[in-house]
Amino acid sequence: MDITLLKLLNTPNSSVNKGQNRRDFLKTSALASSGLVIGFYLSGGNKIASAQQPPKANASPNAFLRITKDGAVTVQVKHLEFGQGVMTSLPMMVAEELDCDWTKVRAELAPANAVYAHTMFGMQMTGGSSSVINSWTQMRTVGATARAMLVSAAAQKWKVKPEQCRAENGVVIGPAGQRAPFGQLADAANKLDTPQKVTLKNTKDFKLIGKPTRRLDSAVKVNGSAMFGMDITAKQVPNLHVALVKRPPAFGGTVKSFNVDKVKGIPGVTHVVQTANGVAVVAKSFWAAKTGRDALVVEWDLESASKATTAMMQASYRETALKPGLPTGKVSDGAALNNLKAAGKTVTAEFEMPYLAHAPMEPLNCTVKFDGDSCEIWVGTQFQTVDQGAAAKVAGLKPEQVKINTMIAGGGFGRRANPASDYIIEAVEIAKQAKVPVKTVWTREDDIKGGYYRPMFVHRVTAGVDAAGKIAGWDHTIVGQSIIGGTAFEPMMVKGGIDSTSVEGVTDTPYEIPNMNVTLHTTKTGVPVLWWRSVGHTHTAFAMESMMDDLAKQAGKDPVEFRREYLAKHPRILKVLNTAAEKSGWGSALPTGRARGIAVHESFGSVCAHVAEVSVEKGQIKVHRVTSAIDCGLAVNPLSIVAQVEGAMVFGLSAALYGKVTLKDGVVDQSNFHDYPMLRLAEMPKIDVHIIDSGASSPTGVGEPGTPPIAPAVANAVFALTGKRLRTLPFNLDEVSKA
Amino acid sequence: MAITFQLNGKKQTLEVEAEMPLLWALRDVVGLTGTKYGCGMALCGACTVHVNGEPVRACVTPVATVAGKNITTIEAAVETKLGKVVREAWIEAQVPQCGYCQSGQIMSATALLSKNKKPTDADIDTAMAGNICRCGTYNAIRAAIKDAAQKLA
Ligand code: FES
Ligand code: FES
Repeated sequence: MDITLLKLLNTPNSSVNKGQNRRDFLKTSALASSGLVIGFYLSGGNKIASAQQPPKANASPNAFLRITKDGAVTVQVKHLEFGQGVMTSLPMMVAEELDCDWTKVRAELAPANAVYAHTMFGMQMTGGSSSVINSWTQMRTVGATARAMLVSAAAQKWKVKPEQCRAENGVVIGPAGQRAPFGQLADAANKLDTPQKVTLKNTKDFKLIGKPTRRLDSAVKVNGSAMFGMDITAKQVPNLHVALVKRPPAFGGTVKSFNVDKVKGIPGVTHVVQTANGVAVVAKSFWAAKTGRDALVVEWDLESASKATTAMMQASYRETALKPGLPTGKVSDGAALNNLKAAGKTVTAEFEMPYLAHAPMEPLNCTVKFDGDSCEIWVGTQFQTVDQGAAAKVAGLKPEQVKINTMIAGGGFGRRANPASDYIIEAVEIAKQAKVPVKTVWTREDDIKGGYYRPMFVHRVTAGVDAAGKIAGWDHTIVGQSIIGGTAFEPMMVKGGIDSTSVEGVTDTPYEIPNMNVTLHTTKTGVPVLWWRSVGHTHTAFAMESMMDDLAKQAGKDPVEFRREYLAKHPRILKVLNTAAEKSGWGSALPTGRARGIAVHESFGSVCAHVAEVSVEKGQIKVHRVTSAIDCGLAVNPLSIVAQVEGAMVFGLSAALYGKVTLKDGVVDQSNFHDYPMLRLAEMPKIDVHIIDSGASSPTGVGEPGTPPIAPAVANAVFALTGKRLRTLPFNLDEVSKA
Repeated sequence: MAITFQLNGKKQTLEVEAEMPLLWALRDVVGLTGTKYGCGMALCGACTVHVNGEPVRACVTPVATVAGKNITTIEAAVETKLGKVVREAWIEAQVPQCGYCQSGQIMSATALLSKNKKPTDADIDTAMAGNICRCGTYNAIRAAIKDAAQKLA
């Protein structure tokens, strides 16, 4: 594969610093005097489109790759590492083309900088299970470019042609058997022009990509030395203070007044400052800040606050779902729907899914040092570019005056990708007023009660099969809040009043369903919502895959058989479905009291199926085993893929069994892991993950596709076992015990 | 008030509020950040340390109550003979994803293995019941504990 590196200087772009020539940009960094540093910017279409503002000399060595004299290869990872393994998979792509010694490879998280923009979305961000795919050409090109330069440097040294030399395991080897380790060539390579064109390997020649590869960040994660955002202390940021914020009891409330009498005199408390969304207590330690916050008295203005009560919303959503909403891309005419009414057997089902909190293991936090004309931030964020802009606005600075150090994060699941930058803005407000460096920390209670939930949804579906057991029609109404509406992403992702994330997984279903009609009601509730691992698919897969199972029953067919009939044109999905079924022993006998259920769903360019084996004991659903299959295109690191499918499955299973955030008069009922529980070790099913070898030449998403199909797989298994359909999430165990 | 205890084998005296949880004394006062905060209510296990060898949730343990006791945190626990085996088993099984819960998981696992050389699945279920992993690494944790037990035998 050839990658042509366009001449950057010829690309008209206002953000290009005209004084900077291309070579300077490609080898950005004042620190390049020692070793080779490579960085460039690829945009859509895999062409180098524009060099954005090159990093300032005082910034960290902003490039993708640094090879130092000792031979160490350091890859700057432009995405957030929050468990998904990018600190390993991105370096693997670089190393594959670089032909370096993998044991010498290190990974660092890149700071906020335009050079690290997502090649599809044009801003620095982590989401949509796209870290690997958008880096696929870019990172390999980085490796191939560096290799070419190292080979040229060696060729010059030996006075031979570069074509006569090759690189292998961190050494360039010459025609007469000369050997030069990369580290010794790095300085000379850095003085060369960057090649305009490099050739990437054929997939069949990969040595590292596709091999189960251990994570580069394992060692620091088993001895307590990994530095999360939460772990910034005065050692890293002298005079660091800690802030906790008292936020309104209901969303949209504001501070009327506050009284600090009881806060005064609490040892360690230094400041009390008001923010746009509450009052912050700043102190020398978390505990002092917490004690201060507990003592703080705030009077709230709740006049315009949300009065949302989920029990009432459920009823109103159900009622709304009785009427058709706005037409989506899937519209069928009235005659078709009449067809459905005439069908032999119809099912009408209401599915109900609650608000869900992300609850990453590491509670939100953000450290800010504000010096009047510069601002430095340490934060685990999925949204560097957005956060940098938002922080600059609050700080009264230009974005380039805000330095964001990306910290590894203890999970995120979408919560750290907030178009509103809520926890970053708040932390900047506090540091700016307190005039000391401050780490603003959220308690678990703040996190669970803090909003930005997966929205609550109701789906109402009427579908039926004709006398021949074929689907006659499918009428589907979706009711829920828009995640995208009101954000900067609206023009791109909301079309004709339809937020694509509200309907994804239904309107684009691969099943060839005749007479399908899908409409959407977008509600407004005042409860802030956000994407949550697998976004719209979290609720749409549940409705779709439960319905397909129901219709299979109506048609008197096996659930796998029935699905196959509607996937004839989708061999990739068929293969995933068949693999999961076969590996699970689908159709074979199980001990009494157990049953299997299956679900398959396409999301983020990948297809994942789960077969769940369940029993119901004392009104409790027990999931004994999950057999999974995933087609995620070219499998870059099989170890990561298995871990992500397992993790995504557990994430979905916790939600299906336990997850719900409810509100009364605008106040959230839940607060911590006792009332917002997660699966624990003893409840963990056995899981086998089968990665489909599809022969694809590029990868697709891995972090999210394992979440959507687990809830329907379990519900379908419970149906097979008890004849009882569970259509409300989390599963209502009383309904099961009555069965 | 001044509170003295043994921290990772060394005498440590802190001038702190008696009711400050040990977790925050360790993190904010001593500056040892391997012990994590996840819930503050003894619900997640992220803050697990050993007090006289027993696994304890540091987030609900007032620092005054550990005066005169032996505290071991993740930083030292993985350097003992047993700890090294557990740490290596964790890497071998590629347990950590985000890694945030893992200090607590390892502290619960080392406490289990120091008393029970051959833990059954049920023993592991019980010993690890207080530790949440939001990334869902539970099966790898179980495998790592069994592997470590075998290597320690
Ligand atoms: S932080 Fe102590 S148990 Fe969760
Ligand atoms: S590894 Fe992320 S919470 Fe356990």
